[in-house]
Formats: sequence, structure tokens, C-alpha cells
Amino acid sequence: MSFVFYMLAALSVTGALAAVLLKNTVHCALALTVAFAGLALLFLDLDAQFAGFAQILVYIGAVAILVVFAILLTKGSETPKDGVFSRTWLVGLVIAAGVFAVLGWAVIGSIRVLPQEKAVPTVTVLQIGNALVGRYVLPLEIVAVLLTAAMVGAVIVAMHEKEGEK
Amino acid sequence: MTPLASYLLVAALLFAIGLAGALTRRNAILVLIGIELMLNAANLNLIAFWRYGPHPELLTGMMFAIFSIAVAAAEAAVGLGLVIQIHRHAKTTDLDAMNRMKG
Amino acid sequence: MTIENPIFVTSDQIFVLLRHWALSFLPAAWQTIAGVLLSVAAIVCIFPALFALTTVFERKGLGRIQNRLGPNRVGPFGLLQPIADGIKSLTKEDIVPLSADAAVHFLAPVVLVVAVFMGFAVLPMGRNMALVDMDAGLLFYFAMGTSTELAVFMAGWSSRNKYSLLGAMRAVAQMISYEVVLLLSSVTVVMMAGSLSLTKIVEAQNHYSFGFPHWYIFTPWGCAGFVMYAIAATAETNRSPFDLPEGESELVAGYHTEYSGFKFALFFLGEYLAMFSISGLGTTLFLGGWSAPFLFLTWVPSWFWFFSKLMLSIFVFIWLRGTLPRLRQDQLMNFAWKFVLPMCLLNLFVAGIWRFLGDGWLRWMVCSAILIVAYAGMGWGEMRRGKIGPRSYRYAE
Repeated sequence: MSFVFYMLAALSVTGALAAVLLKNTVHCALALTVAFAGLALLFLDLDAQFAGFAQILVYIGAVAILVVFAILLTKGSETPKDGVFSRTWLVGLVIAAGVFAVLGWAVIGSIRVLPQEKAVPTVTVLQIGNALVGRYVLPLEIVAVLLTAAMVGAVIVAMHEKEGEK
Repeated sequence: MTPLASYLLVAALLFAIGLAGALTRRNAILVLIGIELMLNAANLNLIAFWRYGPHPELLTGMMFAIFSIAVAAAEAAVGLGLVIQIHRHAKTTDLDAMNRMKG
Repeated sequence: MTIENPIFVTSDQIFVLLRHWALSFLPAAWQTIAGVLLSVAAIVCIFPALFALTTVFERKGLGRIQNRLGPNRVGPFGLLQPIADGIKSLTKEDIVPLSADAAVHFLAPVVLVVAVFMGFAVLPMGRNMALVDMDAGLLFYFAMGTSTELAVFMAGWSSRNKYSLLGAMRAVAQMISYEVVLLLSSVTVVMMAGSLSLTKIVEAQNHYSFGFPHWYIFTPWGCAGFVMYAIAATAETNRSPFDLPEGESELVAGYHTEYSGFKFALFFLGEYLAMFSISGLGTTLFLGGWSAPFLFLTWVPSWFWFFSKLMLSIFVFIWLRGTLPRLRQDQLMNFAWKFVLPMCLLNLFVAGIWRFLGDGWLRWMVCSAILIVAYAGMGWGEMRRGKIGPRSYRYAE
């Protein structure tokens, strides 16, 4: 495997590890951004340019900023006195390790039947556009309704209660 | 190891790290960060299978990943709105302290 | 004097030819990488030099608008002022507050400048002169633009300073709101040109009829789109009248309060480069990029037209800064979400009507009428509710 792939994989995994291990919440959010960037570069390595740029635009440009704003609005930058890991952290770690073991066993066990190296598919934005309004028009409209509902719902959930109703 | 297997292993590793983060951290926002990592790992899986699969010209994997990105953004917005509202009510985001249904 | 005359083709393609000549000395295996490095080096040299020129241009321009001379001591007409400023920035002490988060504090200007430089990679600065001709070039540009918001937040938060944090939150909120406007006004252009690739968008505008060019700004939807793009661009780069996050009279210096010396110079550089980059995109999308204004002027090199239009946009930015007062935060957010965004959506609709009505004077009348009536209607509605009043003057007695 190429050197670029190993570097990008190392970047993503390091960012992810830092995001779940660091004490300062804002540092975790910034490490998450590094992980997102690493994943976007992995998408570019897989010749999925549209998905890679959409990942940067949506995840780094919107989700990371949302997370950071939420941390600031909930005073998350103060470290709690009992430590940052929950009381039952060992169980969680064991479960995660178990999940990784199962997934890894499945992947390694099926190496022989996995497809080999293929030619680069040429994907133009025109093809994606045609697919979106052709074959995938129903999911597109449903996602539009979902995003509207999520936006309205998030505003209602996070809105201050009116003074008169208290 | 085939290229597809390496991508799948990286995705599995990211998924496990996200799961560990979601299960072991106290702060509710860090649980959401773990969930975002899991969704990203699944996206990586989708794109890897699209690239090395039998019919990349059908764009199925790419479309699935794009819709997944959109849905994940919406879910992050709603989830973080909920966390902010809970913080307003309980004055804390510590999940270990929120182990009762009583308001 | 047609454009196929070899002298004019050479002067038009001079940089491309120079690059080929420089690369011909290298073995074939090294040529791609060396070519990329050469183009990147050219961009990294030209735009900061333009930035230095713009700082003195701005200070003298603002000075003249405010009825005073700008800097005029260093060199003829103050033109060597940037050198003095550069020496000052580089030799000042780099103060980092004791409680500041050192790593993030250091990385914030770096992330900003890197993200801004990446945006220049897709701008077509002349015929065949885009660094990378990507199929999804516009999407790449906006992806890099959103990365700058995170750098602004990092700067504000890591300083552990109330003013910085407040300035950073305001700046990020403003940038996110106007990012939507920027994207929507660009989507209209993409719809009409049929491609996200910036070189193809310029080529779609490179036609002439009756001597006038087919730039998108000369269509009703393009004119409205350009105005909204300009408003959003001013807000994205935190320039006046949208510079509340960094106004000196409001927030000391906003998110770059705690930065001094070279890091402050990097923030300054990042802001001006963002201005160049977004003006470059605006000229590509609406003003025809490198295409000449009239058919008889096509002999002038294409890169000359691109940079002239760029400097014209910068001049308009400076002019706006010297003329308009600052908008309050809630005023500018209301403006974005309640006025500009509905106009953007209407603009998309109008662009669709333009396409489907076919050629002729009917589409001009219909599209202009819809846009003007909507704008007047919304403005009248806002005035009725007391949000916008008539202009009032107070003279010094």
C-alpha cells in the first residue's frame, strides 16, 4: 500500500484517538476536526472528489463549528472534578475492543474474496447531478424534508422558554 | 493485503475508537463526537466499497455517503440542541450525574 | 489585429510558455512535481506582493476619502510603507499571554493562511492559467473558505480573553450566515453555466454580441446575484461595514487582540488574501474572469484583465470601508437571514425563468420586473415596520 495511504490513515486515527482521550473538551473538538480532514483526504485518495469536498464543507465547516459552539455554551471547557472518564469506562473499552475484533476478523477472513485493484472510475459532477435528480430523486426530496424538520426541531428544542409561560 | 482490506480495517479502527469514546466519556458532547466518528467510519466503508466494487459507474456508494453526510449534519444539530437544553435544565452535562428520570 | 496574431498569443500565454521553458530543463519524471511547485511559488510570491501594494493603496485611499493624506513619508508617495510595516512586524516582540493555550494560539494564524492560500489554486488567472482545473473547482473553493472560520474561532478561544472570545463568536456567526448567501448566489451562476469548473464558467462568458460581452453581471439575475455576492464577500472577510468583530472602537481588535509581531502580520495577510481570493472568485463568476470587455480589446493579455478586475473590486472594498458606517451585530444577522437570503432564493427562481423563456426582450422585462418588484416590496415592508428609516443628517454646529 502506498505511503500516502499510511500517512493519511495515521493522521485520521491519531485525530480520532486524541478526540476521545484528551481532557480539554475544546482540544477534543479540534482533534476531531483533524480526523475529519484526514478522512476527507482519504476520500480524495479513493477518487471520490465530490464526497471529499462535501466532507470538508459539511463536517469541518459546519459540524465542527456546531460542536465548538455547544461546548462554549455549556461551559464545557471546565474540567469536571471527578475526571473525564465515566465510572464504567472499562466495560465500554472492552465492548469497543470486542467490536473491533469482530470487524477485523471479518475483513481479514475475507481477504481472498475481496475485489482487487481496479481502474480509476471517472466521476464527473454532471453524473452525480444526473443521478441525484434521476435515480435518487426520492432520497433527495426526503433528505430535504429531513433537513427542514431537523432545522425547525433544533431551533425549537434549544429556544429559550417564553417568560410568561413559567 | 489488498487495498480494500486496508481501508476497511482503518474504518473498523475508527469505528471502534468512536464507540469507545461514546461509551466511556462523561461529557454528553463527547458522546456526540464519538457518534460522529462512527458515522464517518461508515462513510469511509461505503466509499471504499464503491471504489473497489463491481459497478462504480452506478455511483451507489458515493450517493449513499453523500446522503449520510447530510443526515449526520442534521442529527448533530438536533443532538447538540438537546444537550444545550439539558444543560439549561440540569446545569451540567455530566452523564454520570444524570442517571435518574426525575427532573 | 485578431487574437490569433502570434505576438498577442505569446503575450497572452507568456507565463505558460515561461513555465514550459523552465520545465524543459528537467527530466520527464520530475516535470509534474516541479511544474506544480513552480506555479505554487508564483502564487505565493505574487499575491503577498499585491497585498503589500494594497495596504498602501488602502491607507492612502481611506485617507483621501477622509480628507487627509495617507502615509507619504516613506518613499515616493509613501509607496515603500509596506517595507517599513514589514520590518516593524517582524522585529516586534511576540507576546503570548501566560494563560493562553500555547499550541492552539500558535496554530490559528497558520491554519488561516494555509486555508486562504489553498483557495487560489482553482482561480483561472488567465487563459490556461488556472493552477488546477478541477471538475468540482467551485466546491473546493468553498470547502477551503469554510476552513477559515475554524481558524478564527481557534484564535479567539485560545487567547483566554473575553474580548477575543466575543469577537471570535461574532465573527464565526457572521461568516456562517453569509456563507449561505455566498453559496446560493454562486449556485445561480453554476446553474446557467452548467458546470462547477471555474475555467468552464469563464469560457461560458467569453462570447460577444454587438461588441458587448456575455458576462453574467449584464443579466438581471447576474446583476442581483453580483450585488448579493459582493455583500456576502464583504461580510465573509470581516470588512467594513461588517467589521464589528474586529472594529477597533468596539472590541479592541476582536479575535486577534492577543497577537503581536509576526502572528499579527499573518492574520493581516490572511485577511487581505481572503479579500483577493473572494474578489477573484467574484470576477470569475460574474465579471467574466479573464475575458476582455469589448471585442476590439481582446488583443490585451487575459491575465491583465483578470488582475485589473481584481484591483477594481479591491478598490470598491476600500471605498465601502471609507464610506459606510458599521452595522450592529443583530442588524447584520437580520439583514442576512431575513432580506438577502429570500432575495437569493428568488434570484435562483428568476434565473430558471430566464433560461426557459428563450432569447429575446421578454425575458429581460420579466426577470428585471420580478427582481425590482421584490426588492422594492421587501424594502417598503421593512420601512413600514420601522426597521429602516429615511437617512438623517446631523451637521456639526
